[in-house]
Amino acid sequence: MSGGNPAAVLVLEDGRAFHGEAFGAIGQTVGEAVFSTGMTGYQETLTDPSYRRQVVVMTAPHIGNTGVNDEDAESERIWVAGYVVRDPSPRPSSWRSRRTLGDELRDQQVVGISGVDTRALTRHLRDRGAMRIGISSVSTDVDALLAAVRAAPAMSGAALAGEVTTGERYVVPAHGPRRLTVAALDLGIKTMTPYRLAERGVETHVLPATSSIADIEELGADGVFFSNGPGDPSANPHVVGLLRDVLERRLPFFGICFGNQLFGRALGFETYKLKYGHRGINQPVVDLTTGRVEVTAHNHGFAVAWPGGGASTDATADTDFGRARVTHVCLNDDVVEGLALLDAPAFSVQYHPEAAAGPHDSAYLFDRFTDLMEGRP
Amino acid sequence: MPRRDDIQSVLVIGSGPIVIGQACEFDYSGTQACRVLRSEGLRVVLVNSNPATIMTDPEFADATYVEPITPEFVEKVIAKERPDALLATLGGQTALNCAVALAEGGVLDKYDVELIGASIDAIQKGENRESFKAVVEALPAEWAAEVARSAICHSMSDCLEAVDELGYPVVVRPSYTMGGVGSGMAYDESDLYRIAGAGLAASPTTEVLLEESILGWKEYELEVMRDCADNVVIVCSIENLDPMGVHTGDSITVAPAMTLTDREYQRMRDVAIGVIRAVGVDTGGCNIQFAVDPADGRMVVIEMNPRVSRSSALASKATGFPIAKIAAKVAIGYTLDEIPNDITAETPASFEPTLDYVVVKVPRFAFEKFPAADPKLTTHMKSVGEAMAIGRNFTEALNKALRSLESPDAPFGWRGDPGTLDDLLERIRIPHDGRLRLVMDAMRVGATVEQLHEATGIDPWFLDQLALINELAGAVRAAPALTPELLRAAKRHGLSDAQVGQLRELRPDVVRGVRHALGIRPVYKTVDTCAAEFAARTPYHYSSYDEETEVPPRSRPAVLILGSGPNRIGQGIEFDYSCVHASLALGDAGYETVMVNCNPETVSTDYDTSDRLYFEPLTLEDVLEVVHAEQQAGPVAGVVVQLGGQTPLGLAQSLADEGVPIVGTTPRAIHLAEDRGSFGEVLAEAGLPAPKHGTATSFEGAKRVADSVGYPVLVRPSYVLGGRGMEIVYDDEALASYIGRATQVSPEHPVLVDRFLDDAVEIDVDALFDGEQLYLGGVMEHIEEAGIHSGDSACALPPMTLGREEIDRIRTSTEAIARGVGVRGLLNVQYALSGDVLYVLEANPRASRTVPFVSKATAVPLAKAAARVMLGTSIAQLRREGLLPDQGDGGSLPPSAPIAVKEAVMPFNRFRTVDGRSVDTVLGPEMRSTGEVMGIDAGFGTAFAKAQAGAFGPLPTTGRVFVSMANRDKRHMIFPVKRLADLGFEILATSGTAAVLRRNGVAATVVPKLSERAGRGPVDDSTESHELLPAADEPDLEGQPRGSSIVALIRGGEVGLVVNTPHGTTAGGSPRLDGYAIRSAAVARNVPCITTVQGLAAAVQGIEALLAGEVGVRSLQDWATSVRGNRAVDAVDAWTGP
Repeated sequence: MSGGNPAAVLVLEDGRAFHGEAFGAIGQTVGEAVFSTGMTGYQETLTDPSYRRQVVVMTAPHIGNTGVNDEDAESERIWVAGYVVRDPSPRPSSWRSRRTLGDELRDQQVVGISGVDTRALTRHLRDRGAMRIGISSVSTDVDALLAAVRAAPAMSGAALAGEVTTGERYVVPAHGPRRLTVAALDLGIKTMTPYRLAERGVETHVLPATSSIADIEELGADGVFFSNGPGDPSANPHVVGLLRDVLERRLPFFGICFGNQLFGRALGFETYKLKYGHRGINQPVVDLTTGRVEVTAHNHGFAVAWPGGGASTDATADTDFGRARVTHVCLNDDVVEGLALLDAPAFSVQYHPEAAAGPHDSAYLFDRFTDLMEGRP
Repeated sequence: MPRRDDIQSVLVIGSGPIVIGQACEFDYSGTQACRVLRSEGLRVVLVNSNPATIMTDPEFADATYVEPITPEFVEKVIAKERPDALLATLGGQTALNCAVALAEGGVLDKYDVELIGASIDAIQKGENRESFKAVVEALPAEWAAEVARSAICHSMSDCLEAVDELGYPVVVRPSYTMGGVGSGMAYDESDLYRIAGAGLAASPTTEVLLEESILGWKEYELEVMRDCADNVVIVCSIENLDPMGVHTGDSITVAPAMTLTDREYQRMRDVAIGVIRAVGVDTGGCNIQFAVDPADGRMVVIEMNPRVSRSSALASKATGFPIAKIAAKVAIGYTLDEIPNDITAETPASFEPTLDYVVVKVPRFAFEKFPAADPKLTTHMKSVGEAMAIGRNFTEALNKALRSLESPDAPFGWRGDPGTLDDLLERIRIPHDGRLRLVMDAMRVGATVEQLHEATGIDPWFLDQLALINELAGAVRAAPALTPELLRAAKRHGLSDAQVGQLRELRPDVVRGVRHALGIRPVYKTVDTCAAEFAARTPYHYSSYDEETEVPPRSRPAVLILGSGPNRIGQGIEFDYSCVHASLALGDAGYETVMVNCNPETVSTDYDTSDRLYFEPLTLEDVLEVVHAEQQAGPVAGVVVQLGGQTPLGLAQSLADEGVPIVGTTPRAIHLAEDRGSFGEVLAEAGLPAPKHGTATSFEGAKRVADSVGYPVLVRPSYVLGGRGMEIVYDDEALASYIGRATQVSPEHPVLVDRFLDDAVEIDVDALFDGEQLYLGGVMEHIEEAGIHSGDSACALPPMTLGREEIDRIRTSTEAIARGVGVRGLLNVQYALSGDVLYVLEANPRASRTVPFVSKATAVPLAKAAARVMLGTSIAQLRREGLLPDQGDGGSLPPSAPIAVKEAVMPFNRFRTVDGRSVDTVLGPEMRSTGEVMGIDAGFGTAFAKAQAGAFGPLPTTGRVFVSMANRDKRHMIFPVKRLADLGFEILATSGTAAVLRRNGVAATVVPKLSERAGRGPVDDSTESHELLPAADEPDLEGQPRGSSIVALIRGGEVGLVVNTPHGTTAGGSPRLDGYAIRSAAVARNVPCITTVQGLAAAVQGIEALLAGEVGVRSLQDWATSVRGNRAVDAVDAWTGP
């Protein structure tokens, strides 16, 4: 019902507007509009640094049901630029809940809107593609907001790693005895990734995105990891260069999401922006090595272009580091979801084996990484 | 992996008659499976005893056997058809149990039939609680998967010992029963004796599980699908609004789960996948239930079904992921990634559906049919149907679901005095069918979410949503004016125009008018499996008060078919059958078919049955909005209201009043048939007699009518469904008692009093009329006498004792009624033949319950033909097209036509009285059966024997028969009982019955009716006193302690057949207590129990047929060929009786 919340408006860069109520902080925000189809895990989504400068539309209507707890955040803060939901829960219910989502958004100054026909909005984005969006709960002047939206920077070409990476390096210790050490480049890393490594006896040294190959070598790490993160992979030449250095030294490498795109670029492949991206926790990906299908968590707006297309084959491509092949493909749309070098110890996936939120079907990839570091095939 | 090429033919086993816990969801799953397998080019052989199902339509399989689902009969089918594989995971527990029996009996090995879907080993691991527990406990330690602490018991002493460990309360669960038969919660030792005792008896392996109480925990269910390459997906999560303690079939359930964080959900998912792998369900679907302690999140696995279940049907409808269809595909070798998602067409089935809406399922109960039954909800399922609704939020979905139940008390109301807070809080502690309404009432008088959570265990999230509805209702009522914003908010949270009207003291149509004037109308969203990530190809819609509608425009004229809503006694799968047929026929005839229904168990709500599906409540408001949306989309030829039973028929006039075109019989004509006065004129005009009758609004008035027409009389409220409130009374005293109880008697709601025709033969007729010609679909003769509701009566087609002249009279009379009423389409007429007079009892200008039975027995698709007639095609044209036979009709079947016997299946074993006794099993004018079976064979005896075997279990061919007859029946019993004695049966009888038999030369052993002496079980203290004690001069039964009561003998499995006709007259609503304990014991022990003398005669014929030799099986397709072939040859020499 119409509560006491101020009116709010949402405007897309093509002019389509939706009216609703303020949710979270009162204010105005702009960003890239993306929709996420996960039915659980809003807390993880909000705190995923990959959503930097994006306004997230939740397709699941009820959001906030389990409140906000002290355990499930994927980073220290909420990163989304704005939040669009249909029915926020007035009252959370969970034995772990500490506060309501509305309060959390307000405390972290995140502007949101509720009461919107999120399905209509999602269909619009699906048909027209990702675009810029603005939300305002200070003024319902659509034209003024539209002007602000059109003035905002686009996601293509945006280098955002610097905005989300850690300032100082830090260490996530292994659970139990340390088996291996990994240097992890933080391009927007999620808490669960080092946790998954720690579970396998890996000590993870999380490094700022500006780190050099010397910083990595100094650690004497058994392997190098490149994390997920926001922005356009083509706008990050420094990090791609760093990765080429890693590969030249034949250090075992594993990349996730943004790390996969950078791996592709380091191998000489192009990356491109998807029409509206993959964001959800129900995406079918086939592991071309085993033929098994995994249900996976995705959050990516860019992808690697396999030379000549036709990704779902056994074809290999020659790179500066030997032969490369596609290891994983999304069954919905044949997007490249994983790459590996055949002649060097390096692989990556476009999706999120660390899950959080999402299914655990792909956790085996962390074992693959430890195997690689320990020299097992 | 592509489809296996080593399988050419598959035997599919259905689930048999509709019973509580196993309803038409298995018709839905079986139909999907048959379609898939046939489209893959496989030969499909089907066994299902239920003629009302769509799957048993000859076009869905290559060979359809309407035969009993017993290992004996299925083996005959296997021997005849020699299928390569058996698929038993889509026919519920019945099919699974039958498959296990066939495997264990060596039949599958003998005929080299491979069990596909789930192996015997997997079935046993999944269903045997001890091995299931071992499976769960062996899962990886980090998942911390556990089951509730429990103990397996095989005797009462085991149980007592186990309770010492577990403490009270304990949950009792018998092994290998379906729908929770025999399970319950024991709070103390006497409960334990009662529940565990019954559970041990109900379990085929005499095994019960006692379990620590997790009462009040949150309950969840995951639907899981696996393929042969070990790809596993979770199709749907379901959360129960009612916490643990209420059977999930009786719970309000919500999809997706609402109150789990991703961490908890993923852990549940991990465990579910671990379980399906460890149990070894190779391919197909299964469901796994979980309980979560709301205080700390401790999670236990409750159980799994290694097969498609009721929840699978719900999950399929809730998500658009067709579980049964996919299960059939993976069973024959496909992997999930090879199967396209029908809805998006471009993405594969190896994904997990994501929802951008909320689904709520609410159960529908039938306690009004069993006034003596305890309405408490337990772990033993009691609901007879369910409605599902989809909304863009929980409140919208819940309110839609509640009004979908079509029960006046189901939707929330804010009128009247709700009572005191303390009283309400007390009444909601124990779950029962009206609890949610009381929870809302408690909110009205100020209950807090905390208080309500404490009393009910319902999660605070759901309670808070109810509070939201209550606040909104308060705002609507209190507002000085109903502003557009407020009205929009009310609609957004699912309040109906009727509810808003109640709050504002306005008529619903006024609210509707205001709403339309303000342009506040629902939009229609699409169920697409993917939350709009991909475009949907299948128009599967639901309404919501949101911004953007997704109904596509169309050019072909549309026909809207209104379905029958939630299953209930008297309105079930039979009507869905007719609706689906209409959709198929009208689609073939070039119309765009649009189905409107809210029952998730049905074939009609499958997204590919019709061109468009609206999953909506069948209320005037909701239907009018659908009509409007479709009229916006393109031309609408009309709305079909005749095929979905009373639900759509009841809307006909109001729809017509709003200008909606109704096809077929007009609302005016419907009224003509339903209104007694007008119908009387139709009959008078046609010169057809009806039993004398009158109406009354008081006892004095009723007595005047009874005196003038003579006792016995049939009394009933004026507008009835399924014989609600109908009784036969034999004297003034009973009449006074009836009127006293019929509280709603008023000038607007008079009581109808009809002369009851004793000893009449009741005849049911289904016919088609196009305005010119009549097609007599079939004439059914009831086996039980008039006075037993036609839905509960066994019947035979062709009629066994009617001659050609009588059938001709029936045809002429039916045509006169059809013409007089103005029928265009189907007509059902009930006649009573008494003396030589053919009385008309009633006429219903709509599809009847018997349409599918008649269609199968005569090999004519009546409902399809009816749909065409309603849209204007003539019977003559349909005969030319071949949809109807080119000559003859269902009254002139050739001598080679089979005899089909329909038998009703009763739910008596489901209900207990408040003090734990069984409810009585006597048949009467009020319908109480949930389903039916058909026996079909060349002769009546064999057909009847098959029907019995399908419904209750095989008739005995040797052993003991117990006979106890009411005085009025004693004369008629002599012949059949003598025949049983001649056939070698030992006759046991009560002393009065035995005396009559002895005088007629039949030796009968006298046994007392006295119940067990131990005093724990029910004691029947109401029988004639002289029959209570063993007579000193009567011989004792060999090997039995002197005076062993008949109840004890039945319980001990010593009696093969019970014949017990009720003594005395109906004394109001309380059950006739004579023989109550005997019938209850027979029901509990699954001993065939015959309660009418006509039934006895039929049973004797059945037994004779069984003794005469091997009973064969024959497919419907085979019968149809022979009927069609012979119809031409000897149409003239019509069948004229035995």
